[in-house]
Amino acid sequence: MTAAVAEYPRAGGASLKRNRRWALFTSYFFLILFAIFFLTPPYYMIVTSLKSDAEVAHLASNPWIIANGVTLEQYRLLFRETDFLIYFKNTVIVTLCVVTITMVVSVLAAFSLSRMRFWGSGILATGIFLTYLIPDTLLFIPLFQIVRGLGLLNSYWSMVLVYPTLTVPFCTWIMIGYFQSIPKELDEAALIDGAGHMQMLLKIFIPVALPGIIAATIFAFTVSWAAFVYPIAFLFSADQQVLTVGTVTSLIKADVYKWGMLMAGALVAAAPPLIVYAFLMDYYIAGLTAGATKG
Amino acid sequence: MVDIVRRYPGQLAKPAFQRRAGMRQFVRRRTTIAFLMCLPLIVIVAGLIIYPALYSIFLATLNKAQTRFLGLGNFSYLLSRDTFWMVIEQSAIFALTAVFFKALIGLVTAHLVNNLPSKGQRKWRGMLLVPWVIPLALSTLGWWWLFDPTHSAFNWLIRGFGGTDVPWLSDPYWARFSVILVNVWYGAPFFLIMYLAALKSVPEQLYEAAQIDGANAWQRFLHITLPMMQNIIAITVLFSLIVTFANFDIVQIMTAGGPRNMTHVFATYAFLLGIRSGDLPLGAAVSLFMFPILAVSAVFILRGVRKRGREIG
Repeated sequence: MTAAVAEYPRAGGASLKRNRRWALFTSYFFLILFAIFFLTPPYYMIVTSLKSDAEVAHLASNPWIIANGVTLEQYRLLFRETDFLIYFKNTVIVTLCVVTITMVVSVLAAFSLSRMRFWGSGILATGIFLTYLIPDTLLFIPLFQIVRGLGLLNSYWSMVLVYPTLTVPFCTWIMIGYFQSIPKELDEAALIDGAGHMQMLLKIFIPVALPGIIAATIFAFTVSWAAFVYPIAFLFSADQQVLTVGTVTSLIKADVYKWGMLMAGALVAAAPPLIVYAFLMDYYIAGLTAGATKG
Repeated sequence: MVDIVRRYPGQLAKPAFQRRAGMRQFVRRRTTIAFLMCLPLIVIVAGLIIYPALYSIFLATLNKAQTRFLGLGNFSYLLSRDTFWMVIEQSAIFALTAVFFKALIGLVTAHLVNNLPSKGQRKWRGMLLVPWVIPLALSTLGWWWLFDPTHSAFNWLIRGFGGTDVPWLSDPYWARFSVILVNVWYGAPFFLIMYLAALKSVPEQLYEAAQIDGANAWQRFLHITLPMMQNIIAITVLFSLIVTFANFDIVQIMTAGGPRNMTHVFATYAFLLGIRSGDLPLGAAVSLFMFPILAVSAVFILRGVRKRGREIG
């Protein structure tokens, strides 16, 4: 829109400029309202986590501000006196494994599906997209039976086994899109220079499709960090628990809601995805929207 | 190709039959390698998605101890229960209302962000995306605290304006409203980025032409933006419909289905019956009721994605 206005500086003269300024003003006004709506819960979580228990419990004071001074007591309690760090460690292990498995599996498959035809490869590509649409809430009950049969119930290694159902189909799907956009001439040149398939993948496809790989990695990371259905169904002891379920269920002890500490836990648990996203947002969004806007 | 021929004259000089045999071998090897590269994916998809999905159909036909075959017994039992009809009703209300408002807010905010000078767009987009980046279970915990019966910060504000406390999660209808509100809050940013990307892909010339023809902003939206974005809106809405229908975290954390089972959706009810009460077959039957809705949406999404692919190239 800016470009359009700049190209016609004299088209409407002053009234156009006034219209434009008015449109900008209303846009900002409503955006601020929406931003308040979107940012209220995280703001309130931060405020609560920095209060003392006494202030959190005090009913008369304004809950939206910190009146009695900022304290890090809740964070100290969280790290010292709860199993939070165990959950954190478990989540890190599970996420690292799942991201590695997902990326290896989906990059190999996407390379093969986008470049080499074999019997049934077309159906497979469509099938992968369809399996992405099968939600975890449909699969968790049969998977419970399967995981129990494997003797992995109440072990976070079962998460390493089942999380790929959430990540692999979509990551493969976006990688197929990125690989297909690489010009065929590049791999012809590589083949003629005597490169094998593996060399072609490692030396050409992965470097060229790096933005796609970053997007897929972030997707796999955020999904396995945030997964909730599988751990709440399959894990029940504290030493095996992951962050999402651990924070929501196990930090609440004996019906005493230590809200300040709970909010501190939720914020620390949410920090890694937020940090990743703060730095790599553009890659992530490009990867997610590529599927829809570029076919 | 000319380059290639010039660089590798020796290869082309080979006898024809030998080259053909080599080619055939190459193709055979190529398909074998291609298949092997897909094998891990096939194993994961077949073993952890397709097999469990089919297995859950089998599971749903058994009794609680999984010793006896009941046929459609579990399904007819569910359909004879008022609670289950309420679950169906609430799932439909939850998904349809939430998706409608997510799509609406997404469309409005995408337009607002697109109106801004391009320099500020990134910052605003980043700010509006925050709900979608926080793991849902954790932000729901924050919402739960906002809705706390005695300490609700919303009620503090309402009291400040002279109103009375709202029973956010203890009254069934307010609880329904609250879980939908949280879902809209979480999902609207996804629509925002999809629509924003779609808005950017509409050729600028169309708007310029319309402006010269004297079309106002509303007409430009109705006759250019909407038709150009039709397909993406459809894909995003259907996709979100699936995800929202299958949503679990919000209801499980905030109300666990209560009060009086009135906020249960398929996922939480399946969890209650299947995992908490230990009746896996009945739980499997509940979650299988999601399947028809998912299948229909999936077919339309696939059609939309393919159409979109043809349109663009």
